[in-house]
Amino acid sequence: MSERQLVTLTVNGVEHELLVEPRRTLVDALRHDLRLTGTHVGCEHGVCGACTVLVDGLPARACLMFAVQAEGREISTVESLSPDGRLNDLQQSFVDHHGLQCGFCTPGMLMLAEGLLAERPAAGREEIREVVAANLCRCTGYQSIVDAVEACARARCPQEERS
Amino acid sequence: MPQGADTDQPDAGHRAPSFGSTGRYVGAAVPRREDPRLVTGRGRFLDDIAVPGMLHAQFVRSTIAHARLLEVDLTAVRALPGVVAAYSAADLALGDITALLDRPLEEFVPTPMPVLSGAPQADGSLGKVRFVGEPLAIVVAADPYLVEDALELARVRYEALPAITSAEGAMAQGAALVHDEAPGNVLVDVSMFATEGIDEVFSDAHTVVEVRSSTGRQNALPLETRGALAEWDERAGQLVLDTCTQVPHQVRTVTAGCLGLAERQVRVRVPDMGGGFGIKCVVGREEIAVAAAAQRLRRPVKWIEDRKDALTASFLAREQQYVARAAFDREGHVLALDADVVCDMGAYSCYPFTAAIEPLMASGEMPSVYRVPAYRVRGRSITSNKAPTAPYRGVSRPQYVMVMERLMERAARVLDLDPVEVRRRNVITTFPYTGVNHITYDPGSYLESLDLAEQTVRDEGWYDVQAAARAEGRFVGIGYSCFSERTGYGSGAFAKRRMKVVPGFDISEIRMDLSGTVTVTTGTQSHGQGHETTMAQIVADKLKLDVADVRVEQGDTDRVLYGWGSFASRSAVIGGSAVGAAAGKLEVKLRELAAHLLGTRPEVLELRDGGVRPIPHAGDGVPPEGLSFTQLADVAYLKSHLLAKETDPGLSAVASFDVAGDGTFSNATHACVVELDPGTGGTRILRYVCVEDCGVAINPPIVEGQARGGIAQGIAGALFEQVSYDANGEPSCASFLDYKVPTAWETPDVLIKHLETPCLFTETGAKGAGEGGTIGAPAAVLNAVNDALRPTGVELDDTPIRPEVVHRSLQVTRSAAHGSAA
Repeated sequence: MSERQLVTLTVNGVEHELLVEPRRTLVDALRHDLRLTGTHVGCEHGVCGACTVLVDGLPARACLMFAVQAEGREISTVESLSPDGRLNDLQQSFVDHHGLQCGFCTPGMLMLAEGLLAERPAAGREEIREVVAANLCRCTGYQSIVDAVEACARARCPQEERS
Repeated sequence: MPQGADTDQPDAGHRAPSFGSTGRYVGAAVPRREDPRLVTGRGRFLDDIAVPGMLHAQFVRSTIAHARLLEVDLTAVRALPGVVAAYSAADLALGDITALLDRPLEEFVPTPMPVLSGAPQADGSLGKVRFVGEPLAIVVAADPYLVEDALELARVRYEALPAITSAEGAMAQGAALVHDEAPGNVLVDVSMFATEGIDEVFSDAHTVVEVRSSTGRQNALPLETRGALAEWDERAGQLVLDTCTQVPHQVRTVTAGCLGLAERQVRVRVPDMGGGFGIKCVVGREEIAVAAAAQRLRRPVKWIEDRKDALTASFLAREQQYVARAAFDREGHVLALDADVVCDMGAYSCYPFTAAIEPLMASGEMPSVYRVPAYRVRGRSITSNKAPTAPYRGVSRPQYVMVMERLMERAARVLDLDPVEVRRRNVITTFPYTGVNHITYDPGSYLESLDLAEQTVRDEGWYDVQAAARAEGRFVGIGYSCFSERTGYGSGAFAKRRMKVVPGFDISEIRMDLSGTVTVTTGTQSHGQGHETTMAQIVADKLKLDVADVRVEQGDTDRVLYGWGSFASRSAVIGGSAVGAAAGKLEVKLRELAAHLLGTRPEVLELRDGGVRPIPHAGDGVPPEGLSFTQLADVAYLKSHLLAKETDPGLSAVASFDVAGDGTFSNATHACVVELDPGTGGTRILRYVCVEDCGVAINPPIVEGQARGGIAQGIAGALFEQVSYDANGEPSCASFLDYKVPTAWETPDVLIKHLETPCLFTETGAKGAGEGGTIGAPAAVLNAVNDALRPTGVELDDTPIRPEVVHRSLQVTRSAAHGSAA
């Protein structure tokens, strides 16, 4: 349809060169060109957040970004959270609090929460709930997701460091 | 007669229930083995699968709701460079998907659903399209973006017909017919029970109340859309179809039938599934078309449904209308129930359940948890120019429970009684109870759950909050819903509905390997519920194994003997009992083998600590260490010359389970506290309490997760979600911007309390737990909203509860409102 462009993507600290159509979304490039299939696609409208990744440390909808726009940016996906195969504390917290059922929204929720906790480590429950409301989950009713993020936040940022 | 442990079960391998009390795992919060892969992004969902040479497919779909098809021209599509193939119905010539009931035409009109519409008819025409989104052609290309470009080049000519977009319109005099063979657009019309003398009961009753209620069309909306990847395997001589379905064997049957293959030539496999909620327990047209394209092209073809198609062209549910009357005596005892139920089932019957799934569920089970002495019901399905329906989580129960609970509340108002007290006077308290609907209810905690829910709300001070709010002129309401749900329908229950294809049993195979660990198959299909964990818990307890040593295999029609998949909260009840029964047979085998090798009797041996050991103090001079599973497996496989003559080598067993009779009922009471915003008409949930009883909870966190997630979906139906169509049948919800799925912001935390009335005939004492949350929530929310509206005198009976309606209602003064009692 249109001319392909060479783009360099830095994903989870690794540089990749890709030849993509300008219209190719970042999430398709991640999933189908780099085979990082942990990031999911739920709507392609930027609403459900299943495709949430971190772009330069901030949560972004990978379905609303073109791969060519990600040139020169640092992309982090769910695969970055457990490079040695061991669950990080947030992942473990999702397991401990039954923060997932089918698991389809989970990578997006994890990256959303990582973005939040990096920016606002002392976030309280209502703040967490407000951010979790950026993404959709159809299985859990959200309570256990909020529980999981809250517990992780408290462990990362103990009471004395809050407020 | 309740289905108890004393009832004959069809499978001889079924043993007396243990209720999990003897095991380490059943009843414990065993961490889900699914979780590590899912939180690390290493799950394997359908769209994660890529195979060399894979092509991508999408569908040319009808853009008109109701029309005669004049032409489907794919010339320009095929001419686009990169397009590998484009097939219309005429090109593929596939069999229809036909779901049948064993009922006369006056009660049920079949509506065969073509895989692709537009096949040449006997009269030379191309037939009709019946909803926007109906698939007309499959287009295949190497690049998924290019396929989308190609779709735009299809030229389809229509001759538009009047669209049927409502039940009233469907049944109006002279309405256009969606299916010529269905007069009045009625697909299902059943009248049931009609207790003798019911009219006299109504005319003589102290009080008669009426509820007219309608509920919005909904989308079950798993976050993962539907999809399929098909490939013809030359070596196996098989069409291998990977698809996200709750019913792999039924997909095999329909695929084989439509493609003209034998069942052995089709293998259906299910990867990790991103939810289903019922929308994936029917067979879709698209997966068959994908299979046909792959078979023809001899190349792998993948289709991933996009969200627009998932919202408009997939299966929907829940659009129902009720006119229900109930007669009460002066003390609030219900005397009779008379209901008329109309369900808008859309364009076609779904396989295997048919368009009767909703009216038959509503008609058969509407009396719910109450002792209703007289009952009459008429249930109808009408067909319309909307996407067809599938059995979405709860199936009619969210609606009829809502209507029953509205009737109770209305009676309480007319009789000036407390609504909880009216329920208390009517709930079934002695079990087994055989209702006027000819269903026998096994023991539950209907009264206890009601009492505990009310006590919890009271103890937390919500009645005081409400009184204080009212004094300030704020609108705070408290609502309840009390219900039971049949879980794990056996073949008898489905046969009663006169389905031609009768689901019910499940069958499991268990194999112990040389490592002394086991693999067990289940015909149920997890789509987020954690069956790999819960089924393993059951087997590990039975065989006294470490749960990590049990692998659960599902979702592969070549590896699993047979199965009916997962729906109707059947997996723990039926699937769980089948894996337990298979493990029970293996246990017997292990003890017999050990007894033979040890020169003793099986009766003095038991399974313990990874082996077969002598029962302490049973004597018999058996060495105390007995034999480990690895020692037994070593003989069974590698030293079979040591086996008794009549013993087969190897260590495996097969067992099945079916529910004889009426099955088992989970129950719950939900309580909801809301506050209405007079400015916006919005409803805010201040508190949500669920007292549930699903018997023995195999894995309590999983049960709580099912309840919370179910409640979220029930609240969604009560307050937010509705698939709407315009007068031309054009769907108005094509993205998440048009279809409001509640987020963490709208979804309250839920307090869950458990009661436990064990099922008397399942392996673990478990009842089903998958649907209850969704069933109870709409009634609780609606009743709470009505309680909040009490100062206005307005009562609402429809869902979703629209803010503009609440806003308008809050403007009404009590004096202007008329009483709503009959």
